[in-house]
Amino acid sequence: MTAVSYTLTDSATLLRRNLRRLRRYPSMTLMLVGMPIVFLLLFVYAFGGQLSHGLGALPDGQTGRAAYLDFVAPGILLVTVAAAVQGTAIVVAMDMTGGIIDRFRTMAIARAAVLTGHVLASLVQIVLSCAVVLGVAVALGFRPTAGLLGWLAAAGMILLFALALVWLATALGLAAKSVESASNTPMFLALLPFLGSGFVPPASMPVGLRQFAEYQPFTPMTDTVRGLLIGSGIGSHAIAAAAWSVGIGLASYLWATHLYRHRRPR
Amino acid sequence: MSGERRPAITASGVCKSFGEHPVLDHVDLSVAAGTIFGLLGPNGAGKTTVVRILSTLIEADSGDVHVAGHDVRRAPDAVRGQIGVTGQFSALDELLTGEENLRLMADLHHLERDAGRERVAELVGRFDLADAIGRPVSTYSGGMRRRLDLAMTLVGSPSVIFLDEPTTGLDPRSRRTVWGIIEELVADGVTIFLTTQYLDEADQLADRVAVLDRGRIVAEGSTDELKRRIPGGHVRLEFSTFDALQAAAELLDGAACDEDKLVLRLPTDGSMPSLRRLLDRLDDARVDVEQFSVRTPDLDDVFLALTGHPVQPEGVAVP
Repeated sequence: MTAVSYTLTDSATLLRRNLRRLRRYPSMTLMLVGMPIVFLLLFVYAFGGQLSHGLGALPDGQTGRAAYLDFVAPGILLVTVAAAVQGTAIVVAMDMTGGIIDRFRTMAIARAAVLTGHVLASLVQIVLSCAVVLGVAVALGFRPTAGLLGWLAAAGMILLFALALVWLATALGLAAKSVESASNTPMFLALLPFLGSGFVPPASMPVGLRQFAEYQPFTPMTDTVRGLLIGSGIGSHAIAAAAWSVGIGLASYLWATHLYRHRRPR
Repeated sequence: MSGERRPAITASGVCKSFGEHPVLDHVDLSVAAGTIFGLLGPNGAGKTTVVRILSTLIEADSGDVHVAGHDVRRAPDAVRGQIGVTGQFSALDELLTGEENLRLMADLHHLERDAGRERVAELVGRFDLADAIGRPVSTYSGGMRRRLDLAMTLVGSPSVIFLDEPTTGLDPRSRRTVWGIIEELVADGVTIFLTTQYLDEADQLADRVAVLDRGRIVAEGSTDELKRRIPGGHVRLEFSTFDALQAAAELLDGAACDEDKLVLRLPTDGSMPSLRRLLDRLDDARVDVEQFSVRTPDLDDVFLALTGHPVQPEGVAVP
């Protein structure tokens, strides 16, 4: 076999291992997918009636609480991604502080496989989590107007963003000295959707916060996904969202592989 | 093959510091293929660092290291394809079952499906793991974990095996089991590099031993060679009365006399003729000896003589 096919087989082997581990440790996955669902219910039913007054008419013609559901659901999908990657950091840190990683490093395993195994497992987990959250949103009355192409484009954008954040979380998990600190460092990611266009339009925020909200990566990504799903217009957001994703993903990938290569055994 | 003298591991002039703190100071080692080599030293001597350098986990600051014919710096993956490592901490996946752990190793060694299954079944039998193999590893006892750990190391049929303190923390029975496994392995032609702080373990298993103290090799040789270099063999004679003690002390030159305990200690080389001569002389003089014992030097004496300090008990930090 060639080096490339070794990388693929080893990555697939470690992907299977990581998915099996996720199944054995379901409480974490349940908690991480439960969080966005709680936010969805809270924002739609507790705050949605009031918040919908500031939205104006949505392009899909919805008003009131139903309009707020359409507005917030795309943001909730990105919260789902941000929550799920906290699990990535924890799982990576668990692996790095455990003994088995030193065994992997003394075996002739394709160099990239250990990290890609984690990244792929997280992406699988994120796709499933997003499907569950989307299912709940639809059950509550979320009715996207997108056609097949729009859905595919939205899914592709979310996946691209997820890939970037998963690599970032992988690097944070590698950099963490312990599992506890790995569970804290990616916390800011779960906060960012709130300080963007996920829950209210940034135009309603005070100066300073508004600028932050307009220029942080979650905003163009939220606007792009929302635009694709409910037809609210995308503008140049898609380009900014893709640029952010590629930039974060590439930098995090390089950081993570550097940390993995230069990691000292415990 | 050029016979069993071909070295499987060579290290020359290996130095390593962590920050300001030097850990290894010009370590030289040579291990013949198909033998057991014991690296002996107290906690903090640098044994684990040696294993980590030899097994490609960390790089030495300077010096040359070859394992299984490959340079660890230039061709680490070629070395990794030949070695198996069981570290001091268990290297198991806690969330998987024993069988899943072994199968994971088979897959990562790219064994064909059937060959992998066969290899796993063979190791399960050999390491007496059949009862526990379907349970998650987190439920295993210390001895079982160690056995599974060793089995995982063997899945890829390595030609050189590193065992870092393989019996630390095990009860005496599990310790015997691990010893038996190690002896079987070397009978199959595998080279074994083990570290230990137990002198009896090195004595029991190793063909050759090196003593590491504060990052330096202070002695190397077979255990018998080392013992021969060390004074300390003596005969201990215990008497029931002070008179008998005194009579014997007059008879035997150079004996150290402990009048409180009624004990004489007499240096000896431990050979049969000299012991017989000693007993004959005591008999001829009709001296009653209550107890007679011969003590040959063990590796504790070796360590004390070589380093000027005894082996530290476990858990004592070494500066």
